[in-house]
Amino acid sequence: MITQVASSVESLTLRINGKDVSCRAGDTILQAVRDNDMELPTLCWLEGLTVWGGCRLCMVEIAGSPKLHAACATACQEGMEVQTDSDRLHRYRRMIVELLLAERNHICSVCVSNGHCELQSLAQKLGIDHVRFAYRNPQLEVDNSHDRMRLDHNRCILCTRCVRVCAEVEGARTKDVKGRGVLAAIIHDLDQPWGESETCTSCGKCVNVCPTGALTHRGVAVGEMTKKLAFLPYLTLMREANP
Amino acid sequence: MNRTITIEGVTRIEGHARITIQLDETGKVADAQFHVTQFRGFEKFVEGRPLTEMPAIMARICGICPVSHLMASSKACDDLLAVEIPPNAARLRRIMNLAQLVQSHALSFFHLSSPDLIFGMDGDPAKRNIFGLIQDHPDFARDGIMLRKFGQDIIGLLGGKKIHPAWTVPGGVSAPLTREHRDQIASMIPDALARALRATEYFQRVRDCYPAEVDAFANFPTMFVGLVSADRLLEHYDGSLLFSDEHGAPVAELREPRGYASLIGEAVEKHSFLKSPYFRPKGYPHGIYRVGPLARLVLAEGCGTPLADRELDVFRQRLGRAPQSSFHYHWARLIEIIYGIEMIQRLLEHPDILSEHVRSRARPNRLEGVGISEAPRGTLIHHYRIDENGLMRWANLIIATGNNNLAMNRGVLQVARRFVDGNRLQEGMLNRVEAVIRCFDPCLSCSTHALGQMPLRIELLTAQGEVCDALQRQD
Repeated sequence: MITQVASSVESLTLRINGKDVSCRAGDTILQAVRDNDMELPTLCWLEGLTVWGGCRLCMVEIAGSPKLHAACATACQEGMEVQTDSDRLHRYRRMIVELLLAERNHICSVCVSNGHCELQSLAQKLGIDHVRFAYRNPQLEVDNSHDRMRLDHNRCILCTRCVRVCAEVEGARTKDVKGRGVLAAIIHDLDQPWGESETCTSCGKCVNVCPTGALTHRGVAVGEMTKKLAFLPYLTLMREANP
Repeated sequence: MNRTITIEGVTRIEGHARITIQLDETGKVADAQFHVTQFRGFEKFVEGRPLTEMPAIMARICGICPVSHLMASSKACDDLLAVEIPPNAARLRRIMNLAQLVQSHALSFFHLSSPDLIFGMDGDPAKRNIFGLIQDHPDFARDGIMLRKFGQDIIGLLGGKKIHPAWTVPGGVSAPLTREHRDQIASMIPDALARALRATEYFQRVRDCYPAEVDAFANFPTMFVGLVSADRLLEHYDGSLLFSDEHGAPVAELREPRGYASLIGEAVEKHSFLKSPYFRPKGYPHGIYRVGPLARLVLAEGCGTPLADRELDVFRQRLGRAPQSSFHYHWARLIEIIYGIEMIQRLLEHPDILSEHVRSRARPNRLEGVGISEAPRGTLIHHYRIDENGLMRWANLIIATGNNNLAMNRGVLQVARRFVDGNRLQEGMLNRVEAVIRCFDPCLSCSTHALGQMPLRIELLTAQGEVCDALQRQD
């Protein structure tokens, strides 16, 4: 049985894009934005996982603050004035996505996630028809050692959704990140081939939360990989309802 | 004084190439070479990628004939999976392959080659292109454009898009044919067939106007290579690879694609990025052979469809069983267009064509696989090796145009010797050197294609490299 949320939660009023909105105390700006049917792009954030704040795509302007704030990691405050879209923000978001595209080998046309990729959709939405930065074209491996799943480092944007879902929802903690900066990479256990991992339960949650073609099922051809995200809010709801 | 003529940017072909003609001291042609100046690197950069991505990646080799690479690549992947694909998947693949054949042949004949045939080899270069055709022969041009549209529309209806559909996958195809699309394709067939027959009839009027070209356009004995069906009929998707002598008599037959290297060797020449395959038992360069529509018609006992067979009978009555001049590629291409349309209709009428069982699923069961199919311009071979995880470790591609490389080079020399006089350089002479290449319909990069608009500069050079004469073709 699902318990009712207490009605005595303190509410706040703030202004987003010139519109007065209310939210619960403790809500992030991202929650307030989306609860009020406004758009704000994200790649690392995913409902049901802890906040990472790594992709910086949800940066917003807050009146009185000279710097930008990650909406997913900033709590709403009474009277706050938030701007989610401006030339400056659009410029930065575009630059972030361009840098993501330039960092590894995102060849959409021959990617298994072509047409079903959050990075590709976002690039299209931001009007990115070319990348102004030199492509790094790193030589990266494809880990095809797992019986059913594949990790293609070429398509990874290091959003760490897979690391978090593995630790927080499945509880296996198989995945982690090694290295720093452009050398960072997703690993399994002690940086061993996925197929040799002793902790992986082969649950497939990491594949479904991955926003790109980095984590996929084996055997899928180009454009065939679709992700099923419905399991995560369902699991979250069930756990909250039956702690 | 020895001089060299360079045709830099051969026009109305698919891709980029250069022709050099070396003259002797009297201004006569001493030698000629066809250089393919592009480097692609597909065989190298697919290393490390999963085999399931291969058909879609390999299709990117070409914007004109991506379907041909889809077929050969998918068949190589089927071989790696060691599966038999569902019969209806094979039927659907055949339809797409034939649609590709029709549209590519239409492009080659109408858009690229027919301007030479209709306006003459010495015609005004400003008019000798598809736009000139549209202006002076709008019905003929429309037939070509609509035949190309017919093929492209079928590819789009089957694969979701007209260029680079990722619909052909290891183990079959990713989606079945819908009733609506079947009916739509069937409704387009009568019009396409009428246009193809009209174009063939029109060709009869011009084909006898070029006796000198018939005589000198790569007119020499070579072997012929191509797929034939089990009952020795025209075949483009499966079957065995037949090698014949210059008279069309079989000398070898390859039933198991993985054994291709025992019959085909690949030579590398310094002057070109395109390899020169040859019939290995005869050695290099004596093992020269030709592939493509002319070779296929030489090798097959018949087409197996009524209208194409009727035209093939006329073809053989006029030219014999094994015509040696590559000028006849044009006619062979038209016969194959008719065949393609008839065969698409036959496949669509199959009672199981709407069957939804179109994919076999398996893991890699073999570490080495080969796929052979017939591209519009000839036999296409994809050969892959993978590791135990299904990642590509090595690839070798023998592209249809490569198979004709030796014949094209020899053809260029033959035409140059016949028509080019270094003492009196005229545009029409050099157009003939290009036109012999167009007979083979080469797809050099497969990714770019010029329509007679590429600037062309021909230079006569002294042995010291000084320009002593030049012809310039403008945009």
